[in-house]
Amino acid sequence: MGSQSKIASLNPNDNKLAARLRADILKMIHSGKSGHPGGSLSVVDILISLFSGIVKCQPDNPQWPERDRVILSKGHGVPALYAVLAELGYFPKDWLITLRHLGSPLQGHPDVARLPAVEAATGSLGQGLSIAQGVALALKLDKIASRVFCIVGDGEIQEGQIWEAAMSAPKFKLDNLTVILDYNHGQIDGPSDEIMSLEPIVDKWKAFNWNVLEVDGHDRRAMMDVLPRQVSRKPTFVVAHTIKGKGVSFMEGVIDWHGVAPNDEQLQKALEELKV
Amino acid sequence: MKATRDSFGEEIVKWGDQNPDVVVLDADLSKSTKSIRFAQKYPERFFQMGIAESNMISTAAGLALSGKIPFACSFGAFLTGRYDQIRMSVSYNRANVKLVGTHAGVAIGEDGHSQMGLEDVAVLRSLPNMTIYQPADDEETVQIVRSMVENPGPAYIRLTRQKLPKVYDTSYRFVPGKWALQTKGTRVALIGTGHLFHSCMEANDAMGGKFSVVNAASLKPVDADLILSLASSHELLVTAEDHYVTGGLGSAVAEVLAEAGRKTRLRRIGMRTFGESGSPEDVLKHFQLDGPGVVNQLEKFLAEKAN
Repeated sequence: MGSQSKIASLNPNDNKLAARLRADILKMIHSGKSGHPGGSLSVVDILISLFSGIVKCQPDNPQWPERDRVILSKGHGVPALYAVLAELGYFPKDWLITLRHLGSPLQGHPDVARLPAVEAATGSLGQGLSIAQGVALALKLDKIASRVFCIVGDGEIQEGQIWEAAMSAPKFKLDNLTVILDYNHGQIDGPSDEIMSLEPIVDKWKAFNWNVLEVDGHDRRAMMDVLPRQVSRKPTFVVAHTIKGKGVSFMEGVIDWHGVAPNDEQLQKALEELKV
Repeated sequence: MKATRDSFGEEIVKWGDQNPDVVVLDADLSKSTKSIRFAQKYPERFFQMGIAESNMISTAAGLALSGKIPFACSFGAFLTGRYDQIRMSVSYNRANVKLVGTHAGVAIGEDGHSQMGLEDVAVLRSLPNMTIYQPADDEETVQIVRSMVENPGPAYIRLTRQKLPKVYDTSYRFVPGKWALQTKGTRVALIGTGHLFHSCMEANDAMGGKFSVVNAASLKPVDADLILSLASSHELLVTAEDHYVTGGLGSAVAEVLAEAGRKTRLRRIGMRTFGESGSPEDVLKHFQLDGPGVVNQLEKFLAEKAN
């Protein structure tokens, strides 16, 4: 079955696709009357890039053993992941507007039991990186060459557990693990630089013995170049510089859009801007 | 006499031989949890995580989601102190993680309260898909470890630092959710778990051997059928555990009785205050958890009824 399944891929240069997925995200959050637009819009270009051929996956065979894994540790950004997975054909697109509705497989934060297309339940921040590390260790034990991508938020890495994993992944020489920081500089209570600064972020991860890269997290072409890079016997940490609420002018950089759903009027205005 | 942590340490090596999916993690306590035996024989399947239990538990979840059967080991107090990681990474992910918590209760002695697992059962019992076991001897430990390997799903095994007397031979059959009625008597049913099962046996012997004594090795699920049957045939049920009476075995039995509308009297022996340092014998005596302590408490319960 696996060998006959098609490897799916998006087109990173398709700006219309990116705009449409942003629209999907906002429609979902509007329908659910709650959710996190800011961090979903900041992470979506990272996800599009990953699923544009960097991540090997088979939507009709989600448990394909040789697939690359994507673990969204910042679970509140999951509307972006749902939009991408639906686009890839993991589940029907009409599921998207069931986000956060009772009985929906699209829970407010990812639930692997209800939606096997996601790799792990996350949402209590700081745990996804350790889970990704466990997956990466298992792949090494099984001698499977797949990669594990773990996306963390900037507020999230204030969690102590992240730094436990920052110490352990280099110890285990997990060169199959790439962590991508969605560095959008915002969290619920305010700018992350004020709440609890992460700087000097590059120096910190370098000091923990990671291969550290930086990229514009909205430049999909640049990410197509950076995200495939691996260094032997070292995990990789990619600082992806992003803008919270990216793509909708009145949401960009506005902290209040961290966890609030757009109303009818705001949704309409956003969709007009996105030209969909 | 053998500590159940030693039984675990030996048994998990055998599972390493038999099942290549069995992996073990420890957080700098492998000499105490006895996972070191596995580490020495299967270094490629042993992950030394350092003093970072949160990372260990979630990493175990990732291994489990990838088809491994990870045993994550530490003191019960430190493992279950990372409740959020167990709640989210293990339980909600339906991850097949086996948590091994040693140094159960005040019986660890000298190290004192900070190292004593006294609320581990209480916190884990709240999770919908968690199973919890506490063996009373070597053979039961072996059989519980087998059951944990063979039955998928999150599980916790609660082990002692101290040695426990032998109860069972290989003809014994541990069944999850079933308790063993060790001696059948009348009036009082003593339900003990782990070390306290032995204290109950000792107390019963000292009082003429006329009461029923039960080994409650399965703490979630509990043996509701047996609890209700004992409630029908005895006038007093007494639970005994080296754990807080809140949330542990005593609470579990109270829940079954209350929901069935039973009025059989229940008294709970266990911890109600913080633990403290001392030799294991002195500490168990101080908190009335040894055989004579159980006799004292039982006499008080029986006198209560006469009033």
